[in-house]
Amino acid sequence: MSRTPYEWEDRLVALLLRHAAEGEAIHEKLARLVDILEAEEKALGRVTGKAPEKEGEQRYDHRLIEQHIPDGASVLDLGCGAGTLLSRLIQEKRVRGQGVEIDNAKVLECVANGVPVFQTNLDHGLGMFPDQSFDFVVLEKTVQTLNRPLPVLQEMVRVGKQGIVTFPNFGHWQMRLDLALNGRMPVTRAFPYEWYESPNIRPLTLNDFDACVQCQGMRIVEGHAVVGNTVRPLEPDDNLFAEEVMLIIEKAA
Amino acid sequence: MLDVNWARTVFPPGALDDPASVGLTSAHTVTLADENSPFRLDTGEFIAPVDVEYETYGTLSAARDNVVLVVHALSGDAHVAGWDYDAIQTGRKWRLRKPGWWDTVVGPGKPLDTRRYFLICANVLGSCYGTTGPGSPNPRTGQPYGLSFPMVTVGDWVNLQARLLDHLGIERILAVVGGSLGGQQVIEWMMAYPDRVEKAIVLAASAKLSAQGLAFNAVGRQTIMSDPNFNGGNYYGGPVPAQGLSAARMLAHITYLSDAAMDMKFGRRYRNKTKPDFDFGIEFEVESYLAYQGQSFVERFDANSYLYITRAMDYYDAAERWGGGNLVEACSRVTADTMVVSFSSDWLYPPAQCRELAAAFCQCGKPVTYIEVPSSYGHDAFLVETEIVGKLLADFLARERKR
Repeated sequence: MSRTPYEWEDRLVALLLRHAAEGEAIHEKLARLVDILEAEEKALGRVTGKAPEKEGEQRYDHRLIEQHIPDGASVLDLGCGAGTLLSRLIQEKRVRGQGVEIDNAKVLECVANGVPVFQTNLDHGLGMFPDQSFDFVVLEKTVQTLNRPLPVLQEMVRVGKQGIVTFPNFGHWQMRLDLALNGRMPVTRAFPYEWYESPNIRPLTLNDFDACVQCQGMRIVEGHAVVGNTVRPLEPDDNLFAEEVMLIIEKAA
Repeated sequence: MLDVNWARTVFPPGALDDPASVGLTSAHTVTLADENSPFRLDTGEFIAPVDVEYETYGTLSAARDNVVLVVHALSGDAHVAGWDYDAIQTGRKWRLRKPGWWDTVVGPGKPLDTRRYFLICANVLGSCYGTTGPGSPNPRTGQPYGLSFPMVTVGDWVNLQARLLDHLGIERILAVVGGSLGGQQVIEWMMAYPDRVEKAIVLAASAKLSAQGLAFNAVGRQTIMSDPNFNGGNYYGGPVPAQGLSAARMLAHITYLSDAAMDMKFGRRYRNKTKPDFDFGIEFEVESYLAYQGQSFVERFDANSYLYITRAMDYYDAAERWGGGNLVEACSRVTADTMVVSFSSDWLYPPAQCRELAAAFCQCGKPVTYIEVPSSYGHDAFLVETEIVGKLLADFLARERKR
């Protein structure tokens, strides 16, 4: 049984109707909360069910990362997939690029895409890369899939001058409501898997990450959020409104 | 020049009509060192004359920029693909039944595409396929060298290949490709001649052989040298140390397979029977297979060559040669785009050791591609997993150089 994103809305309405008589007060409040959240997000430009980029367009996160990386920089992409990002960076920005990927099929695609790739498991460490040997170390939508994410984050700021981390934000209000009201693990655009097949074994929120990097001796120096169909610099309430985030991290001085 | 009609009568039916085959081949032999310009070996000794047998496939481009040097493994030769027109004349009759050792990836439209690349493969010094070796006459005595042949190294092989390229007027090569002991020659190439190599592909090989590998080679040589016919290496013209060489090959062959591969292929099945005979003849399928491998090897290989080549394999240590024992230092010499491919069930050059080579590139800040191909075929996988290896070769060669 699979659920489509935002199905929780219908369920919530049904739930509210069923219980309207007995618990009016609290459900009216809940309904009002959803109205408020939706209005808030609409004001931020949300279009339900639509990806931040249209089909065939470059992924928004790649666009963001590209904007951040200057010509001729060196980039290590952890969990680089088929090497799409690095391939562009190598061609457009003449970066010295190195990918790291575990998947057998994807490393072959990297070779086909002309991207140097080192096949390894991130959870086994990055000992082969010396300190500060890259300008940027990218970890795209991967941190939530790692067995031991903390050593990887530490390695990122050891190997790179800056780390670029993107992940889906489990703190988004839809996730919270879906879990709270349906009592099921949320299935949304950003978290599209059922619990039993999800690679996202460590779902985390923006605030979780923020707290974590602080106690790991790192800091977030810059951030962007996907809110509805817009991508914009991070704002204070984004733990509630960001579907995905892109964060630049550094070792704290 | 080549009599195709005659050739049709000696090769398997249809072999010469396969559009993806390079077809008939004929090796070249060139004298690359004579008394006036002897070839200096790693040991400091000089050797002359030195003949090299090599084959080429495809056409050299006008800009001379499409050369792919293929380097062969322990028991390999210069006959990489196609059907050897000279097989009868040279007494290499097994070549009438089988095309070259890498025919699966070399040919028109194949991964090492002979319509696009000019491929060269030379038989190594010390071997027994036309390049000077222990079976060649020692100019001082007129008799075969035998064990008076000087010790040769992987470095010597590569230096000699470089001399062959000089002879052919080729300065830079697009790529050098090889597996196993061939892979170690690739490593030597990229370190010894960084200015001459654009891309390097190392299959199932690491920067040095492990203690376990040394041990297997030692036992192999011991079986040869303790054969009653060995006679200190002076067996040419008489009975050859067939038992010893055969046993050495059987032992080595085990290291080319894997537990799983042997189990899959033979299991514990008896040979042509369902019950044992309770004797020391060939009882099991796996025994029969190894015996066949041993015997057919004796037909086509020289025991002394086996000694010299396994010794060269033992001695090779890229870190020692080029980095004072430090592999990262050695890799810092390399400018070629490099791809290292290991195979999960290979226990002769295990993935962890191949990975160490690739990791050394990372350690000196050089982009590198390292792939661990899942395979149950053991070390042989580099020759057997043709689909995946072929794709890697084709894609890696085709990509534009980005640095």
